[in-house]
Amino acid sequence: MSSAAYFDVDGTLVGTNLLHPTVYFLANQQSVFKSARRLGQALLGGPVMAVAELRDRRLFNELLFSNFRGMTEDRMHVLSSEAYEKTVAPRIFPGTRDLIQKCKDAGMRIVLITGSLDFTIRPLADELGIPQCDIITNRLEFKDGYATGKLMRPVVAGPTKARLMVADSKKHGHDLQDCHGYSDSYSDVPMLSVVGHPHCINPDNKLRRLAKAYDWPILDIETPSRVDIVRA
Amino acid sequence: MAKTPHPCVVTIDHRSKPRALFSGTRVKEYNLPVGSRVMYPKPPMTPLNDVKAAVRYAINHPLGSEPLYAMLRPGMKVTIAVDDLSMPLPPMRRPDVRQHQAEVVLELLRDYGITDIHFIIATAFHRPMTQDEIRHQLGDKIVDEFYPERCYNHDAEKPDGLTFLGTTAQGIDVEINRRAAESDLVVYCNLTFVPMNGGHKSMGTGLVGYRTLKKHHNPATIRASKTYMVPEDSALSDKMVEVGKLIEEKLQVFHIESTVNNRMFDRPLDFLGKNEDELSTNEARGLKALIRSLEWLPQPARQAIFEKVPAPYGVIGVWAGACEPVHEACLEKCYEQLLVPIHGQADIGIFPVPYISPYNVHSYLNPLLVSVMAEGYLFNLYRGDPIVKKGGTAIVLHPCSDIFDRDQHAAYTEFFHKLLPRTRDAKELHKKYEHEYSRHPGYIQMYRSGEAYHPAHPFYMWYWGENGRQHYGRVIVVGADNEYVPGILGYETAPTMEEALRMAREEHGSDPAITCFRIAPMLMADVTVDTPAESSVRTEDEES
Repeated sequence: MSSAAYFDVDGTLVGTNLLHPTVYFLANQQSVFKSARRLGQALLGGPVMAVAELRDRRLFNELLFSNFRGMTEDRMHVLSSEAYEKTVAPRIFPGTRDLIQKCKDAGMRIVLITGSLDFTIRPLADELGIPQCDIITNRLEFKDGYATGKLMRPVVAGPTKARLMVADSKKHGHDLQDCHGYSDSYSDVPMLSVVGHPHCINPDNKLRRLAKAYDWPILDIETPSRVDIVRA
Repeated sequence: MAKTPHPCVVTIDHRSKPRALFSGTRVKEYNLPVGSRVMYPKPPMTPLNDVKAAVRYAINHPLGSEPLYAMLRPGMKVTIAVDDLSMPLPPMRRPDVRQHQAEVVLELLRDYGITDIHFIIATAFHRPMTQDEIRHQLGDKIVDEFYPERCYNHDAEKPDGLTFLGTTAQGIDVEINRRAAESDLVVYCNLTFVPMNGGHKSMGTGLVGYRTLKKHHNPATIRASKTYMVPEDSALSDKMVEVGKLIEEKLQVFHIESTVNNRMFDRPLDFLGKNEDELSTNEARGLKALIRSLEWLPQPARQAIFEKVPAPYGVIGVWAGACEPVHEACLEKCYEQLLVPIHGQADIGIFPVPYISPYNVHSYLNPLLVSVMAEGYLFNLYRGDPIVKKGGTAIVLHPCSDIFDRDQHAAYTEFFHKLLPRTRDAKELHKKYEHEYSRHPGYIQMYRSGEAYHPAHPFYMWYWGENGRQHYGRVIVVGADNEYVPGILGYETAPTMEEALRMAREEHGSDPAITCFRIAPMLMADVTVDTPAESSVRTEDEES
């Protein structure tokens, strides 16, 4: 296979961000009391996470997923398909499937590269027909069946995404100049910069400005295409 | 014996005023050498008084088919296909002639109890029209009732959106918009602005997909076309006919064609179509004022001056019925308005490139489109022989700024800056890159849900100039604001007209034949050349 299409997920292919499934997990503990306690702790850490989000996406990911500390691995896996059904599946953008299909038609290998956790992304990959070996995600560290609240290295975010894409392309024999990259966020500029065909999907303002400066294509897959309007 | 020139062909003498020629969104004055010939558009023909009445008459007195009402029965499925906004240029003042056509047809369909009606804008790989643009073209009534569920743009990339109709004798696979293919009747509402529009091209291009388009939009077909403004001299037209005939075999299609005069500018600017030596005092002042204003206004404001005012084109004919007789009648009228006879080819052609082309309505004429105009449209706007001799020089007037509309021409940018520097060879571009780029998922998405041209379109644009590119010896740009854009296109640059003419004289001697093709408004050259016998008589006359 000559080239690959690397997709960020949250905000790019689906209208969720890292918070949606995380909140779902925290809100669905064994008891209402435990759920309230975990949500409360997460809320208390909110301001710190907000600052981290502005300064360093990797730090934000680490702070966010630290809220999972003490949760059992079994429970997280059981909840993951439920979390997908309730939070992710309804928010898949109308143009996502067509775009993925067009990439496949063009002979590209599809790779999801995201800061989300592996078990929340797997059902989406299945839905989009992407092999599990072609997802690059964050992974929680578990000890004796319990989450430690730490992320395993490397933490998938910002510049690390670009480094992981370079490694992945080498492993699969792709020339990155022929590869396509898709993201919605300014924090993903490094991953968009290493491919020959960067694209922005529903970009934030900073990324939109950059995309305009560099003539990167800006796509809208959130609005139903004119054909889908008719279908509806 | 010297032939008397047509009144629209003016020979420059020492008393002639400078010529006011378009250079993008500016108009500039140029002194042309004595003896140069300037071709002006013919005066606009008198328009029809009642266009709706003409449409009604045409569909009740069709050419080569039964009247539209005889084809109708209650409960049938009808698709009304309509040209996109690429013609006329600029868009005509409301109501557009296609609105008249569509409203008359719609009224008739309703009288016959037909309710399953869809309007499809036949965009092919052009950008989708916005709701406002469709409203401008089809009117409030149709848009309010049908948009967006039953009035939409053709989507050549819609999964399962195309139906395969068959393969022509020459091996062209024909796949067409599924809704049109599944309709009991397709009514095509057309406006033929230049002779390459209309006829079998309407259905054979407007409603098909890549599988069909790539068979006629390719370098070999364009190179084999002498001019695509004359069907008999166009290999492109031959292939369209082939595709169109197969479509007509499989589907019932009723064609309505119309054409307009060349009244591109309304009263305050109509002096732009006139001979500078014949302007009234007020018109001459108006021209000076316009030139000065355009000189200091910023580009968007200059663009707005021309774009915001729809053209007052008048409809000069409407015909309906079977494709070929209808198109023939329409072309005859179109030629009558556009053709300006001129005898003899030039060594040097001067081609002002205005601000608009079929592919940049409401956006900027980017460098690739400059080449489409210079070596495509302006080269091909002739009947008989090209305006410039084989190996001659084209002097093109345009700033060639490196500006691309990011929404409409996203794929153009990559084509221009990434592929053209690698090669300008259309065949190589076709062979090495077209397939890959035409399947570019991001650009396809922009075409499907945004306002972008399809990623194959910049390739087609480059091919579009292929016969001009093969014909000219040199292309020199006057007034370019940079050298690298003309360089990428393979053009030379000159700071002034005098310098460009000096460069051209290096090739063509000290007394070259010069013709200036003074577009816009629209015109077309009807070029005749001496037969060998006439040529020898002329030589003897000159010697005696």
